[in-house]
Amino acid sequence: MESIGVLMACPMNSYLEQQLEKRFKLYRFWTVPDKSSFLASHKDSIQAVVGNAGAGADAELIEALPKLEIVASFSVGLDKIDLAKCKEKGIRVTNTPDVLTEDVADLAIGLMLAVLRKLCESDRYVRSGKWKRGDYVLTTKFTGKKVGIIGLGRIGMAIAKRAEAFSCPISYYSRTEKPEIKYKYYPSVVELAAHCDILVVACPLTKETHHIINREVIDAMGPKGVLINIGRGPHVDEPELVSALVERRLGGAGLDVFENEPYVPEELFGLDNVVLLPHVGSGTVETRQAMADLVIGNLEAHFQKKPLLTPVV
Amino acid sequence: MAAEDQSQASQSDLPYVLILKPPASFLLFGDHFFDSPNFQYLKAYESPLPLPHFLHTHAQSIQALLSSGGAPVTADTIRLLPRLGLVVTTSQGLNHIDLSECRRRGIAVAGAGTIFSADCADSVVGLLIDVLRKVSASNRYVKQGLWSSQGTYPLGYKLGGKRVGIVGLGSIGTEVAKRLEAFGCSISYNSRSKKPLVPYTFYPNVVELAANCDALIVCCALTDETHHLISKEVLSALGKDGVIINIARGPIIDEKELVRCLVKGEIRGAGLDVFEHEPDVPVELFALDNVVMSPHSAVFTRESFDDLCKLVVGNLEAFFSNEPLLTPVALDDLPHFSGRKD
Repeated sequence: MESIGVLMACPMNSYLEQQLEKRFKLYRFWTVPDKSSFLASHKDSIQAVVGNAGAGADAELIEALPKLEIVASFSVGLDKIDLAKCKEKGIRVTNTPDVLTEDVADLAIGLMLAVLRKLCESDRYVRSGKWKRGDYVLTTKFTGKKVGIIGLGRIGMAIAKRAEAFSCPISYYSRTEKPEIKYKYYPSVVELAAHCDILVVACPLTKETHHIINREVIDAMGPKGVLINIGRGPHVDEPELVSALVERRLGGAGLDVFENEPYVPEELFGLDNVVLLPHVGSGTVETRQAMADLVIGNLEAHFQKKPLLTPVV
Repeated sequence: MAAEDQSQASQSDLPYVLILKPPASFLLFGDHFFDSPNFQYLKAYESPLPLPHFLHTHAQSIQALLSSGGAPVTADTIRLLPRLGLVVTTSQGLNHIDLSECRRRGIAVAGAGTIFSADCADSVVGLLIDVLRKVSASNRYVKQGLWSSQGTYPLGYKLGGKRVGIVGLGSIGTEVAKRLEAFGCSISYNSRSKKPLVPYTFYPNVVELAANCDALIVCCALTDETHHLISKEVLSALGKDGVIINIARGPIIDEKELVRCLVKGEIRGAGLDVFEHEPDVPVELFALDNVVMSPHSAVFTRESFDDLCKLVVGNLEAFFSNEPLLTPVALDDLPHFSGRKD
């Protein structure tokens, strides 16, 4: 398999790079000075693309690689892959579901606690020496708060299970109601937003869910509402969110993703009711290794003509 | 009598509750926070008299005392109050009250019951996720603009599947266990005695508990027995992949040793709400990204303070109407509390 060319879209994990190099001819796309001439000269040797949440395989890249057989994403999200084009050309697509579900759900709860209980700000308070002058402010209890989940897939369900242990009543919005689920369903995001204290985005990013958190939803959340986004930056109309937070029309936010990573609106930096993380939802040593093993496993299976481990297309 | 005179007369009939020092609630909400039409407060801290003199002057009027963590109720104080029948504390901890002396004198003690357990447990989980997933550290990183200039932040560690060891499986420890089970953690504990109806693994001492867990959570009371319970030996057993979370009392951990372990990387990290000499915190910790700290604020939510207000007033009103206390502390079965302050 050493002659099979694999194009890695961007840096994502050095263990994965190592493992890919052992088995294939690895091309690191981000090190190439002229991407279009590279593609022109290597189009016949690249049979696989490895992408992630930041970069995948759009129509242009797919068209430039006539020998492309498989796109293996180092993520569960598929928004950076032109799935329709892959289907059209018979290109297989795999992702990394399940192995990262727990980490992402854990982080969602961690963000809720950090925002409501002002954990990051309390830590800052202690480090600044201000505790000697007086106690920190009162915060808001997390136990018992109403949690509204947009998207009740693997990650949404894992968030619900954790929040239930804190006696949080759970409600959700999904494309269709799930009758076997005991949580309260709302047929629109605005209604869900109006009936919960903490709203968490846990659905895939598609054309339909782009800016699913807009001005109307933010208004429905109100000045005590807290938004948690562990989905994708473009789920949220970011300028609307920023002005709502700056103007205190929204109670707080815990954000792991942004519209234009790694750029984060600086107006958010000084807000004590906002926690900002650098897209670390699956960012643990254990999970990134499991994700890498899944990418390798899928590629090996494909080129050995065995069934794919986690196919999407 | 005129209405005013009448109310003044009934005011002076109201029983007195002594307050030695203002509790945190007064600083946050003003000193009418625990007011009731059924009793009145005698604030020792507002008097120019030295405390023993003040107590001597009012000894015959004081039947109840409202205490908080920063105002110890020592045997000496209790001896100056011959009519004292009740001590109500605003704190979860009881280590600042000489419970033996209360027991000897037949003085009832009313505690916080379980009103703070949820917030304490939430703080534990919040601190644990923060330490493992580097929430505060990476929030700092982003807010300094370093994500765009310096790239990705180092990976954290998975919480799911970790072994959690709880020191002290009381109300707070039980709430912690319930929450962490939902994250896929396995729970074990050490307590003064094994609890037969509990599904978690019991370890007879803290060293063994630490050796068999990845996250050690301190949830027990501070007593003479638990002072420096988390020793060099325990921290060594916890090991370099272990984290420790303390929302109980600072002196339960040998702080010098903890700081040394953290600075040398001998344990993975720590989440600390309490310290041996609050509000002083060892400055070595400020340089560490694997330590998350909070200013003894595990119960500092609006909701907990609302609940506290109802509870304190409720206990005092029950006492003065000869009704059962809402949250009496059983004085028979307790380990030795010498009543010294944190």
